[in-house]
Amino acid sequence: MSRAPSHPLAIGLLLLAGVAAPLLFPAYTNQVAVLWLMIVFASTWDILGGQMGYNSLGNIFFFGAGMYTSAVVQIGLYYDVGMYTSGARTTHIVFTTAQYFTGFALGTVAAGVAAALLALATSWIVFGLRGPYFAIGTLGVAVAAAELISSWEWVGAAAGISMPVFPGAPDTQKLFFYSLLFGLAVAVLAFLRWLYSTNFGLAINAIRDDEEKAEAMGLYTRRYKRTAWTIAAFFLGIAGAIFGNMTGFIEPRDIAFPTTTFNIFMILMVLLGGKGTFWGPVVGAVVFQIIKEVTWTYFLGWQFVALGLLIVIIVVYFQQGIVGWLMEKYPARFGISAAPKERKESSRTIGLAPHPEGAE
Amino acid sequence: MNDPIIELTNVCKSFGGVIANHDVSLTVQRGAITGLIGPNGSGKTTLFNSIVGYHPIDSGSIRFDGQEISQLHVQEIARLGLLRTFQTTRIYGKMSCLQNMQISIPHRKARFVDMFSCARTEVLEQAEQLLAFVGLYEKRFLRAGSLSFGQQKLLEFAMALINEPTVLLLDEPTAGINPTLINGLIDRLKRANAEFGITMLIIEHNMRVIMNMANKIYCMAHGEMLAAGTPSEIQNDKNVIDAYLGAH
Repeated sequence: MSRAPSHPLAIGLLLLAGVAAPLLFPAYTNQVAVLWLMIVFASTWDILGGQMGYNSLGNIFFFGAGMYTSAVVQIGLYYDVGMYTSGARTTHIVFTTAQYFTGFALGTVAAGVAAALLALATSWIVFGLRGPYFAIGTLGVAVAAAELISSWEWVGAAAGISMPVFPGAPDTQKLFFYSLLFGLAVAVLAFLRWLYSTNFGLAINAIRDDEEKAEAMGLYTRRYKRTAWTIAAFFLGIAGAIFGNMTGFIEPRDIAFPTTTFNIFMILMVLLGGKGTFWGPVVGAVVFQIIKEVTWTYFLGWQFVALGLLIVIIVVYFQQGIVGWLMEKYPARFGISAAPKERKESSRTIGLAPHPEGAE
Repeated sequence: MNDPIIELTNVCKSFGGVIANHDVSLTVQRGAITGLIGPNGSGKTTLFNSIVGYHPIDSGSIRFDGQEISQLHVQEIARLGLLRTFQTTRIYGKMSCLQNMQISIPHRKARFVDMFSCARTEVLEQAEQLLAFVGLYEKRFLRAGSLSFGQQKLLEFAMALINEPTVLLLDEPTAGINPTLINGLIDRLKRANAEFGITMLIIEHNMRVIMNMANKIYCMAHGEMLAAGTPSEIQNDKNVIDAYLGAH
C-alpha cells in the first residue's frame, strides 16, 4: 500500500502548537482559536473541492445552519424562542450555569445532526449539477438560506439573536472556546486522515479524476458524493454552533452565512496550501490567518485589496499551492515514488508471470 | 453452441435527424470473442454506448443474460458484470496504478459500510498479479497519468479484469498502440478469454487483429448491420469489401 507516510513530526508540532499557543500568547487566544476554525473550514472544504473535484461555493450554508440550530435549541430548551428573540422584549434573561452547558452541549450535537440532514436533503438537488453549475448551485443554497433567515421573525430575522451569556470570567470563556475549536480541528484532521486511508478516499479521488469512468466501472458515485457532502456538513454544523456561542451574537448575513468572507476564505486557504492534499488546507489556513491578521491590523481599509491581490497571485502563478509545490519538489517525502519501490517481492509472480514482451 | 449472453434485437437509435443505428440485431455467445467492424461513423460506438446504458435507445431490445437492460443506468449495468473500456482511454490520472486497480474491484455487493473499508491483502495481491499480467508491475507506484498511451490502455484493461466482468466490451483496444505491444495485447486478451472465461465484444479497425481473435464477426455500415459470419466468411463478403473500399 502506498499511502502517504504518517508525518509524525508535523502532527506533533501541530498538537504542541495547539496546547502552547494560549499559554505563551494569551493575548492572541481568540485569533489562534479562529485559526483552528479556519483549519476546520479548509479541511472540510477540501473533502469535496480538493479530493472529489467538486468546487462548492455553498459550504458556509452548513456553518450558519448549525449556528442557528444550536441557538434555537439552547434557547428553546428553557424559553420560548419567539419571545426571546422579539425586539419588544424588555426583560433580561439569564441562563444558569447548568442551563448554559446543557443547552450548549445539546445544541452543538443538534447542530451537527441538523447540518448533516440538510446536506442529505440538498444533495438531491446539487449533485444533479457538475462543474461550474455545481459551484453556482451551492452558492445559491447559501444565499437563499441567508435571505430566508433574514426575514424569519421567529429567529430574530436580520436583527439576529443574542446568545446565552457564558457563565464565567472572560479569560475562562476564551480558553473554553479555544479548547473546543482546537479539539474540533484535531478531531476533523484525525477523522479525515482515517477517511482518506480507506476506500472512500480512493473512490472520491476516482470521481475527481474521471467521474464517467467511475460510473462505467460500477462505482456507487452518487452514494460517495452524498456521504462526502454530509461529512463536511456535519463538522461545519458543529463549528457553527461553537463559533456562534463564542461571538455571543449571531445574525444571518455577516456571521452565520458570510458568503463573501469565510466562504471565500475556505476556498482561498485550500488553494494557497494545496488542493487535494491532507496538509495543504492546514498550511494554507496558517499562512492565510497570518496574512489576514497582519493586513487587518496594519493596513485596515486596504485589507480587501490585499485579499484580492492574494487571490489573483494564487490563481495565476501558484495554482498547485504550497504543499502541492513541495510535493512536486520532494515527492519521496509524500510517498510518491518516481522509481519503483521494492517491497513484497514474493507475491509478484504467483500464477501469472509477467510476459517477456510486456510494456516497454 | 448456442448460449447467447448478449442479444440485441432491432435496436434503433437516432440523434435528431441522424440515424446512428437502424434495426441492428446482434448476438454474443457466452465465452466467445465476437468482433464488430465497420468504417468510421458506421455506428459501432453508438451501439456500444446503447448496450452499456449511456443513452436510451429509441426502440428494440437489449438483453443481457436473459434480462432486459435497455432501461437500466450505466452503473447498474456495470454492476451486473457488463463492462466497457473506452476508445479514448480513461484511467484515473492522478492516482497510482495500484490505486487505480484497488478502486476498480467489483462493486456488485458493496454495502454502505464497505465505503469505509480498507484494501484487503487479497485485493492488493490480485491487483499486483494483474498488473504483472499486463506488464505494468514495475510501474505500479507511478501516477497513471504519467504512463504512455499504450500503457494506459493496458492499465485500463487490467482495471477491467479486476472488476471480474462476465462480458467485456472493448472499444478499439489496439488503436494507437505500437505493433510490438499489439502482439502482447492480443495474447493477453486471448488469455483473459480462455483463463478467466470472460466473454468479449470487440470493436476493432485492425483487420489482422480481429480476424486472428474473433470467433464471429459483425460488420456495420451506415448504421445498419451489413454482414455477420466467421472471419473467413467476412473476408470474402462482397458487401463488406465494398463498404470498406467503396463500391462503384
